[in-house]
This record gives sequence, structure tokens and C-alpha cells, in this order.
Amino acid sequence: MLKNYFKIAIAVLRRRKFFTAISLFGISFTLTILMVLTAFIDKVVGDDYPDKKRDRSLYITRLEEVGPTNMSSAGPSFYFLNHYAGSLKIPVKLGISSGYNGTNTYVNNKKIAVNYKYTNADYWDILEYDFTEGKAFNKQEVENAEKLAVISTDMKKAYFGDESTVVGKYIEADNVKYRVCGVVKNVPLTSYLTYSDIYLPYTVSKTDYNDKAYRGGYTGILLANSKSDLSKIHDEYEQVIHKVPMESKDFDHIYSHADPYITSYLDTGNEKQSGVVIALTAIGLFAFLLMLLPTINLVNINITRIMERSSEIGVRKAFGASSKTLVYQFIIENLILTLLGGLIGVLFSIIILKIINSENLIANLELSLNFTVLLIGLVICLVFGFLSGVYPAWRMSKLNVVTALKAQ
Amino acid sequence: MISLQNIQKVYRTNTIETLALNSINLNIKKGEFLSIMGPSGCGKSTLLNIMGLLDAPSKGDIKIDDQKLDHFTDKQLAQFRNKKLGFIFQSYHLINDLKVLDNVSLPLLYRNSSEKERKQSASEALGKVGLSNRVNHFPTQLSGGQKQRVAIARAIVGKPEIILADEPTGNLDSVMGNEVMDILLQLNKTEGTTIVMVTHDEHMAKKTHRLMRLFDGSQVQ
Repeated sequence: MLKNYFKIAIAVLRRRKFFTAISLFGISFTLTILMVLTAFIDKVVGDDYPDKKRDRSLYITRLEEVGPTNMSSAGPSFYFLNHYAGSLKIPVKLGISSGYNGTNTYVNNKKIAVNYKYTNADYWDILEYDFTEGKAFNKQEVENAEKLAVISTDMKKAYFGDESTVVGKYIEADNVKYRVCGVVKNVPLTSYLTYSDIYLPYTVSKTDYNDKAYRGGYTGILLANSKSDLSKIHDEYEQVIHKVPMESKDFDHIYSHADPYITSYLDTGNEKQSGVVIALTAIGLFAFLLMLLPTINLVNINITRIMERSSEIGVRKAFGASSKTLVYQFIIENLILTLLGGLIGVLFSIIILKIINSENLIANLELSLNFTVLLIGLVICLVFGFLSGVYPAWRMSKLNVVTALKAQ
Repeated sequence: MISLQNIQKVYRTNTIETLALNSINLNIKKGEFLSIMGPSGCGKSTLLNIMGLLDAPSKGDIKIDDQKLDHFTDKQLAQFRNKKLGFIFQSYHLINDLKVLDNVSLPLLYRNSSEKERKQSASEALGKVGLSNRVNHFPTQLSGGQKQRVAIARAIVGKPEIILADEPTGNLDSVMGNEVMDILLQLNKTEGTTIVMVTHDEHMAKKTHRLMRLFDGSQVQ
């Protein structure tokens, strides 16, 4: 039966080449966009370099102060994290890092844009950066405010060219010279919590890290001993925040949470808006709208094709096909078409991902069409084929045999 | 074999009501070859469609093999047609996208038969209509007479007890028409298949056991 459906599906596709081409283009184009998008999301959400202990970490990325008339939200300050998050009993470590800042440096009179970030020593214990040479700065070196730098491999190449080892050499950023103590594998820009070109000890920061202001653009990573401690740490931090005195009379509430990676990554900076909900809604809406047009197009083409095939439908019904069997046949045919479109979509996606990677459109982001993405693509194909096949198939099955046979 | 009692068929639109069949009573015995004649639009094909369970009468009872069929579901009707009935149409209604062999084996798709069985039965049916050498052709590569013979093979492949033929020779010249008619007569004689044939051709009708004439939806003979 299936073989027969396959034969007829291919024959129908070959009969109206132009319509087939339009349908296939619509499907494959849509799937390409969705698959590139899922590859991107998969990379951003799924890639845990250098954050391999993500499943037992909580992230503090925001501090919001709210008053009757005012609201201010930003990353917490180093002081706040060190003082309050540092007072927690359950976490085993607290990694602190600033957001990345941009500056320029010059090599042989050539300007290089550089992003730098300040971190504490525990940051390097929690995150598992791959060092191609050297190592991170330690607690003592941080306390001594030594002018040390960990740099990315791209930074090494841009600044030092083809030199094989650069540990011990000096790199200049923001008019200060730092001694390179380690080189790490690149982190993509999308992992903005851990991305940078140069990592420096927070003690060499030009701004006063002991400033007692609550907001300061830093991020804290709390490492738990085990997954089961995460909820306890979350609650412990909530209790600490509850007791934090107000920074000024303008405010009467302070909000800050220790959340899992995704919640923190998608934080909107506003207590009342969940980034996860917004992201899921936006992605869902985008995918829905993107799939809607080709689905409607396919439904339309399918209905036209049914009218062309009314004689066949009449004959099949006359010779014993029930309405249900015909619906089944038509959906299978449509799934074959969409899977074919999906196959072309996969090829398109591979090409587009190659282009995105080779052009380095997003710093250090190496997108790939992995198994998850293929699986998502397959599911999308099936949903697509099913959606665009059901209505025409239902219309077809309702066709009166006599009318169908007369239509030819 | 087929019993029609007081069959009436009315087509209704918003403004007009057309009586296509009026009080048709007919009994067709097993193994009988009946032809139905009448001018265009007199209701011949409508009557055949009702006998073939492709259309429902507005009034009246139809029994096939002493079974009343008015309470059958879509699925049950489909299964009944598949086992008991074979159809031949004036314009053949072959599926141009499928090869001759696949066209012929189509009714067997809706039974629990294997691909091997389907192929074998379809080849046998094509042998009976003298088209064993056209198995892998497509319908568009055949002449009108050959197409109709493929359609006959498709009608007989499931070994139905009844064949309903709607002007099977209507689109063919006299030589090809006679060839097709001979096959039907042979089928009726050797296999004992009950055949009901709608025709415009008096000469063909005279070759059958019984002739029924319709005029304006009523039985006149």
C-alpha cells in the first residue's frame, strides 16, 4: 500500500513540475530558516562551554531597586555580590565577573577592537575554560592586583600573530600593559556571561570595586555541591536579599534572584516580565507565522490538485476505498512531499550554516546541524505535512463519487 | 441478485426539483446480462450508480444478494463494493500516473492481499482481456480499445459477482466496440458474472439476455 502511495505521490509531483517546484521551495525555505534558528538556539542553550557545571550552578545577573516612583535595574556590583552572595553558607564557590567592555588597542599602528572582562579567582575554578597554554590567575595574584591577563585564541592571533607561545608576553588594553598568563579557547559572543577577548583580575579595574553601590554590572555564579542544593541556595539567597537594607530612600524594594542558566540568560531586566515566557512566545509566534504562509500555499495547491484528481478519487472510491483510506493516502502523499522539501531544506541549511560560520557573522559562534536540529527539522516537516494535508484530504474524502467521476 | 423496489431519485436545487428516476422496480437474476437503453438524460447512469451503491436513492429499497444496504456505513459500503462489484466506465477512468498493472490491481489494494498476489491476479486479468504484453505501459500509451480492456481487467480482477458497465463501447469504433462486447459476453458465459450494461447501441443491447428501456426516468419496457 505504502509503495503504491509513494509511486503515485512521485508521479503527481512530476506531473505538475512548476507547482511542485513552488511547493518544494516554500517548504524547504521555511524549514531552512527554522533549522538555522534551531541550530542557533541549540548552540546558545545547549553549548555549555566553558560552563560545564551549569546543572549545579545558579546565576545572579540582575539587581532591581524599586520605589514608588523610581525603578533601577542593572547587574549587581562587585561589592554587593561579594558581601551578600558571598555570605551564603550552602554554595561551595562564588564566581564573580563583570560584563564585557569594549576598548581599542594597537598593534603596529593597526587598531584592534578588544572586549575585556574582570573576574575573581573562583570564576576560573567554576568555569572550565580550555587552556591552550598557561593558566588562570590565582587568588593571591588577584589580591596582589597583579596586571595579568587571560586571553582568547582569537585575541592571541590578532595581537601576537603566528607566535607559538605568548605566556609571559605583554598585551596592552585601555592604555595598560598586562602580562599574559594563559590562553583559552574562544567563547562565542552569544554566551555573553562568559564571553570576552581578555580576562583581567577585578582588582586591576579602574573603577573602585569596593564602592558600596548595589548596582555595578557584575554577574555572580554560585556553585552548588550537588543539584539538590540548588533550590536551597536559591531560597537562602532570597532570604539574604530580603534583609538587605535599602540603598536610598527612593526605593522600598530590592529584587535579585539566583536563577538557573536559561532564566538568567533570558532575563529582561524587569521583575515583572519573564524573559523565558517572552522568548518562548516570540519563537513560537515567529515559527507559527513563518510556517503559516507556506502551509496556506500548500493547502491551496493541494485543493487544486484534488480537483485535478477527482477522476482518480472517484475510481478509488468505486473500487473500495473508504473516505478514511483516502484521507490516509493523501496525508501520506503530502508527508512525502514535505519530507522531500525537508531534505532540500537540510541541504540549504548546511550551506547557510557554512556561510554563517565562514563569514564569522557572530563572533566565535560555530553553528552546526547536529542530531537535535535534524530531529527538530523532521518533527517540523511532519507537523507541516500533516497540517497542510489534513484539510485538503478531508475535502477530498467528502467528494461524491458520481460528481468526482463526472468531473473529468 | 439485485433487487430494486420503487426506486425514486430526485435532484433538488434551490429553485428546481428534477425527478431523475420514478418508481423503478427491477429484479436481476444471478448470471443475467441486462442492458439498459434510453435517450440521453433519461436516468440510465443514475440507475446504474444506484445499483453500484455510488449514489443513494431518494426513496425505495435496494437489495444485493438479499442484503438491505441502506444502513451501511461509508466503510461497509466501500468493502461491499470492493468484494461484490466491478465498474466499467465510458471514459475508462484509468489513473494515468500508474502503469497498466498497477491500474488493474487497484481494487486489490483495498483488500488484505500481498503485492505478489496482486501482481499475479492483475496479470491473469490482463491475460483474459488479451493485454499481457502491455503490463508496463502507461494508459496514455494505449488506444481507446486497449484502455477499455484495461478497465475491464480492473473490473474483473477482484472476481466480483456483478459488473456494472456504463456505456463501455460508447467511445469506441465498431471493431473495438465489438471486441469489448465479446469480452463481456464471454465473462458472463464462462464465469457466470452478472452484468448490467447501459448502452445507446441497439445492436450491442440485442446480444444481452434482457433489455430494459427508460424514458424520462420511468421504466417503459
